[in-house]
Amino acid sequence: MRFGVVVFPGSNCDHDAYHVISKVIGQPVDFIWHRRSTINGADAVILPGGFSYGDYLRAGAIAHFSPVMQAVKQHAERGGLVLGICNGFQILCESGLLPGVLMRNRDLRFICRMVTLRVESTDSPFAHLYRPGQIVRMPIAHAEGNYFCDPPTLEELRRERRIILRYCDAGGQTIAEANPNGALDHIAGICSRERNVLGLMPHPERAAEEVLGSADGRTLFQSMAVALAGMVRD
Amino acid sequence: MKARIHVTLKPSVLDPQGQTIQRAVETLGFQGIEDLRQGKYFELTLADTLSAEQAQVMVREIAASVLANPVIEEFNVELE
Repeated sequence: MRFGVVVFPGSNCDHDAYHVISKVIGQPVDFIWHRRSTINGADAVILPGGFSYGDYLRAGAIAHFSPVMQAVKQHAERGGLVLGICNGFQILCESGLLPGVLMRNRDLRFICRMVTLRVESTDSPFAHLYRPGQIVRMPIAHAEGNYFCDPPTLEELRRERRIILRYCDAGGQTIAEANPNGALDHIAGICSRERNVLGLMPHPERAAEEVLGSADGRTLFQSMAVALAGMVRD
Repeated sequence: MKARIHVTLKPSVLDPQGQTIQRAVETLGFQGIEDLRQGKYFELTLADTLSAEQAQVMVREIAASVLANPVIEEFNVELE
């Protein structure tokens, strides 16, 4: 089982993801430079946070055209795991691997703070070790995290239970004040129809050890490792 | 030949940047502005070897696949 962390020019959470996989989860992991046309045999690919290509044009728009993204798409089509965190989520939307788009935050400001989230569905390789409805804490750090899609797509996401995380208050209520960026339906993370591609704006890799104020994000990576062990064995 | 492409948010999409700019403009005392929406402008210089039809097809494809995100944006192409 191997993880791969894609490095775009402007990625800045790539080392954080690498650290969590190698030191916290204890699994083999490689960096994958974005100019490569393969993912080096990785079983799970992480598109890390950052500002790929300086967010030129639209956040994630140019990274979508990096050579490695063709290999990432093929990996996803084969059922391989792809996790997009923050800028990685933006890239997944721009690439069409996930529906919708991350627009400028409602209040136009860059927001960097801890948020509370509700685990809406545990039915995916990324969340099966969480409890349904579990309230978790992870930081967000973005200016474009305001999720938007058209009404039919939202209906589809709800019907197929593809909304994995929603912003909520400490008690788990999805009140307006608990929505930091104006995201449609409080959406913080969604998965693909086949549930093997996850994009989320919060940073689980920055909340994977108690010393960071929350270890709730660790469960996401542990879920991936357990799911991968099963997939590789099968 | 020049291609000029305007990319704008769809009318149904909220434009908080445009609203903020409108408020700033009104703070300066300008009145009668009913709406202000922000967009992007691209200018492409094209080789003379391209015919107008070829250019039209190519530029529209560039706009649809790269310059605009069809989920929230629409575009307008002018060739000159």
